[in-house]
Amino acid sequence: MFRYLINRLLGILPVLLLVSVLVFAFVHLLPGDPARLVAGQDATDRDIAAVRAALGLDRPLWEQYVTYVSNILHGDFGISLKTRRAVSEEIGERFFPTFWLTLISMAWATLFGLVIGVSSAVRRGRWQDHGGMLVAVSGISLPSFWLGLLLIDWFSVRLGWFPTSGYGTLAHFVLPSITLGVGVAAVMARFTRSSFIEIAREDYIRTARAKGAFERFVVWKHVLRNALIPIITMVGLQFGFLLGGSIVVETVFAWPGLGRLLVDSVSYRDYPVIQAEILLFSLEFILINLIVDVLYALVNPEIRYR
Amino acid sequence: MTSVVLSSTSKPAAERIRTPWSEFWRKFRRQRLAVASGVFLLLLVVVALLAPWIAPYDPATPDYEHILEGPSWLHWAGTDDYGRDILSRIIHGAGISLMVGFLAVTVGGIVGIVMGLLSGFYEGWIDRIIMRICDVLLAFPGILLAIGIVAILGPGVENVIWAVAVFSIPVFARLVRGSTLALKRAVYVDAARAIGVRNIILMVRHILPGALPSVIVYFSMRFGTSILTAASLSFIGLGAQPPTPEWGAMLSAGRSFIGVADHLTFFPGLAIFVTVLAFNLLGDGLRDALDPKLSQV
Repeated sequence: MFRYLINRLLGILPVLLLVSVLVFAFVHLLPGDPARLVAGQDATDRDIAAVRAALGLDRPLWEQYVTYVSNILHGDFGISLKTRRAVSEEIGERFFPTFWLTLISMAWATLFGLVIGVSSAVRRGRWQDHGGMLVAVSGISLPSFWLGLLLIDWFSVRLGWFPTSGYGTLAHFVLPSITLGVGVAAVMARFTRSSFIEIAREDYIRTARAKGAFERFVVWKHVLRNALIPIITMVGLQFGFLLGGSIVVETVFAWPGLGRLLVDSVSYRDYPVIQAEILLFSLEFILINLIVDVLYALVNPEIRYR
Repeated sequence: MTSVVLSSTSKPAAERIRTPWSEFWRKFRRQRLAVASGVFLLLLVVVALLAPWIAPYDPATPDYEHILEGPSWLHWAGTDDYGRDILSRIIHGAGISLMVGFLAVTVGGIVGIVMGLLSGFYEGWIDRIIMRICDVLLAFPGILLAIGIVAILGPGVENVIWAVAVFSIPVFARLVRGSTLALKRAVYVDAARAIGVRNIILMVRHILPGALPSVIVYFSMRFGTSILTAASLSFIGLGAQPPTPEWGAMLSAGRSFIGVADHLTFFPGLAIFVTVLAFNLLGDGLRDALDPKLSQV
């Protein structure tokens, strides 16, 4: 297990390296002079020269990259062009709203997806199955921003049950987490159904039935337990989807999280914040995949010893 | 898996000639939802092509005497804050969404297919490099990658196409690589190689057709995803800009009228939902018809 962990950690190094190069290159890929971008629209040539020297943009690229990476490792992501505050501060404030929103959405979506998936698989070909899968494919096709607006319209504006937007109490979480989770619940339902059906055809399940085990016991003990392995992987992959989805949902609900910060900073061309955000989102995604792989190895010895 | 489709379907030449195509059609026809979706999408293409002639009003001309009116016999989907007819704008927007989806998946698909073929056929260092690139592309959640690209290129419909195309690349590359790895060991490929067929011909004429069934299924599914992502980008203000009658941009413009004039957001959103749903249902049907392993399930 230890060796597997080391291998897996070493494996993400090249990906991390490439991601950091890409994010670093980002500012240099932009059309125009980065120093001019940072200095702002109405800066004089002298201002721009000063900015260039201050940011070290006059030094060779590789040196800039090394400085960039070492700054990041010291927690220094630069200064926001919009608010003139440290990017790390801006991001720090907005981390937890997004974190909790993602976690709550993931929790209910996984639970719901599992229940729909299993009930579809158990009643395969019957109306529960067709109904469940039709709901699931609709959930995948639903534009989250539309669903969010519909929910605001019905439950906030008309019924007044939940706040229309903002962050603070538990009630603020209800509509955004429903909006964010629907797509994931749908994907989980479809995936659970197919892996459940696949496992149910294995010989050892037939053996369990043949030896006279109760059907409910077979389903919960044998089938679901084995189907859980691919499902764990899927949960990990869906986290990435949620991180992306939060960008849109936070815009709908004016949620003070990382997603809305990213959208705002792209509109404002606040490059240091964009860079830091993309780096952070990718890091989270890589980290989640790592955790999933480790969990996967924990439940499936075959992988550990390969 | 895909080679099975071709070999198992061309087996019995008894009473009726069973080509892979007729076999596919026989299975596909039975999926009523998928067939209905296909018909709907064909109709949508026709509507998009004939938009200037069938839209009841001009999508851009304001009419300040009919502002924010709800659905009526004159304006089936109501009017927006400039008095423009929403149904007409949705009809004109259909072309934009379909075009963005089509171009994005085609560009991403072609690049991905070429990468997958090279990767699976040659293996070795080419394979390693291409797969690392895919790993990195997949390391970013799709919409994040698209936002990064839009941040570089600037907002606008054309740039959204590139942005959305990029995240289809790794999906197609991995898919085609897998099929290529399996198919290049097939006897008929060996035979072709033995008579001196060049590598490029081997890849394009002998291996690629075997990978096509799964490519088609993914094409349909990615089409829906691409439309959804492009609309999301427009919604957060990074894609099509007003006054373009793009569905996502219309929703974004209408959100300030929630609770006052809901039809501004309801109808464009419904258009996106139904279109994406049709592509996904079509994709499901194609998968069941083209992939015998799954249709047994």
